[in-house]
Amino acid sequence: MKLTLGPILFYWQRSQIMDFYTDMVAQPLDVIYMGETVCSKRRALSLDDWIGLAQDVRSACDAEVVLSGLTLIEAASELSSLRRLCENGEIKVEANDMAAVQFLSSRGVEFVGGPALNIYNAYALHELVTRGMSRWVPPVECSADLLAALMEQAREADVPLPEIEVFAWGHLPLAYSARCFTARAENLPKDDCGFICQNYPEGIPMTTQEGQVLFTLNGIQTMSGGISNLLAEYPRMARMGIDALRLSPRAGNMGEIVQLFDKVRRGGHPPLAVDGCNGYWHGQPGMLTVEEVGLC
Amino acid sequence: MQLVCPAGSLPALKAAVRQGADAIYTGFRDDTNARHFAGLNFTDKQLESGLELIRREGRQLYIAVNTYALPDGWARWKRAVDRAADLGADALIAGDPGVLAYASKHHPKLSLHLSVQGSATNAAALRFYHEQYGIRRTVLPRVLSLNQVRQVAASSPVPVEVFAFGSLCIMAEGRCHLSSYVTGESPNLCGVCSPASAVRWSEGADGLSSRLNDVLIDRYAEGEAAGYPTLCKGRFMVHGKRFHALEEPTSLNTMDLIPQLTEIGVEAVKIEGRQRSPAYVEQVAGVWRKALDSYKVNPQRFTVQDSWRRVLDTVSEGSQTTLGAYHRAWQ
Repeated sequence: MKLTLGPILFYWQRSQIMDFYTDMVAQPLDVIYMGETVCSKRRALSLDDWIGLAQDVRSACDAEVVLSGLTLIEAASELSSLRRLCENGEIKVEANDMAAVQFLSSRGVEFVGGPALNIYNAYALHELVTRGMSRWVPPVECSADLLAALMEQAREADVPLPEIEVFAWGHLPLAYSARCFTARAENLPKDDCGFICQNYPEGIPMTTQEGQVLFTLNGIQTMSGGISNLLAEYPRMARMGIDALRLSPRAGNMGEIVQLFDKVRRGGHPPLAVDGCNGYWHGQPGMLTVEEVGLC
Repeated sequence: MQLVCPAGSLPALKAAVRQGADAIYTGFRDDTNARHFAGLNFTDKQLESGLELIRREGRQLYIAVNTYALPDGWARWKRAVDRAADLGADALIAGDPGVLAYASKHHPKLSLHLSVQGSATNAAALRFYHEQYGIRRTVLPRVLSLNQVRQVAASSPVPVEVFAFGSLCIMAEGRCHLSSYVTGESPNLCGVCSPASAVRWSEGADGLSSRLNDVLIDRYAEGEAAGYPTLCKGRFMVHGKRFHALEEPTSLNTMDLIPQLTEIGVEAVKIEGRQRSPAYVEQVAGVWRKALDSYKVNPQRFTVQDSWRRVLDTVSEGSQTTLGAYHRAWQ
């Protein structure tokens, strides 16, 4: 099973991003996704910087490097930037919007379909596979049963499967909005946000009035309050034929997470259960832990 | 601009026709559409009877098959598309690429509208659906500013429809898993958001509480107006402060923008609310018809009359409305 590093979903300082990838190239990762997927205002790195950094990372390690595209495209400038990303000519791209699928498929290049594309059945999958999608990250709300049924449906319908990569660790990206919730929480207008996201390298926790951690605010993106962690599900995912596991970057000591997963894929015993909002995988509300689902 | 109105039942459909809707959109009574609520939507017989009225009055019927097909339910989605085609619907509203591919291949004469659940916010995404499935219209998500709508409309290969009035999704439609995160049921897969079955109200010493699957969405002091606990419209805590961290309970109302939307070339305006009552449809369709007609007769002197505004306010969430993302300051 491959281990992949998802794109950084938070807004970090340029130096933090550079240091992060310096650490990550030394990790046992098979694929490294890079680029801004959440907000086009985040300019610690320009598009050219990201492409340059991707080239550097590629030459510094054996991992495949993929550039991830923006998810919610609203302005014409965002669309032209996405086009440039898709036309970079050498590095594979992860499409997080159908605009990227259009750009990439019309050039006839293979691409990765990110978790923000809505694919929930084998026929929808087929539409993208025939247009060049070689790897697919299912929407985070997909359960193991849904995925297994989809894979079975694909076999029955003779639809070739791409590589399947499951979002296995990190805050789940749940929603995208025109509104910036970080700016709203700080009483700032979105157009004059002062890049306030940079003050929150792992987002802002949003709790209920009873103190229950519910969501994490990350600019225009709303994420799960807690971390989802599917390490304990490793044996089932291996049996199902999942090809890769995505680990989503956090600000501190990401290497530790990579090591935990790597140990299990090299034959170490997976934990029996882990804390985390893992309900989705079990076909339950995403916020639930396995304990709350009643599985341990 | 065409006026497209919702109908979750035959009485609502009749009300929409009576009040001058140009097109009425409905869904079948299962999870193939994004308003899969108990008691809502049409049996075969009701739909046939509604269609007869629509034909007699020279209006159009759109059928929404706009959830994402589940692998083990594929036959249900196929059947829904086949039935829409057999009925002679004027358009099928869909977002799932698998469903769109099936419809365009098996029913080439069926006009396809890309559902808002397809999340297409830009011309390149629209070119994909146009080239692959021949969509003839798209419904834009409620995340674009007026200027962005203008840009998309100008460069889109197909005409656009925009939301004019009704519940305000503040997240890009089709790209919001908040409901399934809390309740297990999502718009994409189940056709519901913050489902009623997960709602619980309780009265205690600290006030009236509304919960979704036990998660506290809001708590109201005595005398405070309480609303349905849609989870993006609750009061939560951020930085130790309690406020509507995502959005206030409010509805979208773009009536003031009729001149701009017309000038942009928007083909149709859509009223949200298949889950709402026939009375809602009657009232909202009625004032929107009046507003569109008034603009048509005298575009230079168009103003939104107070009486129309009052009607819309009475059926709005929290009795307040907003221009939402169309107005940049909202974002």
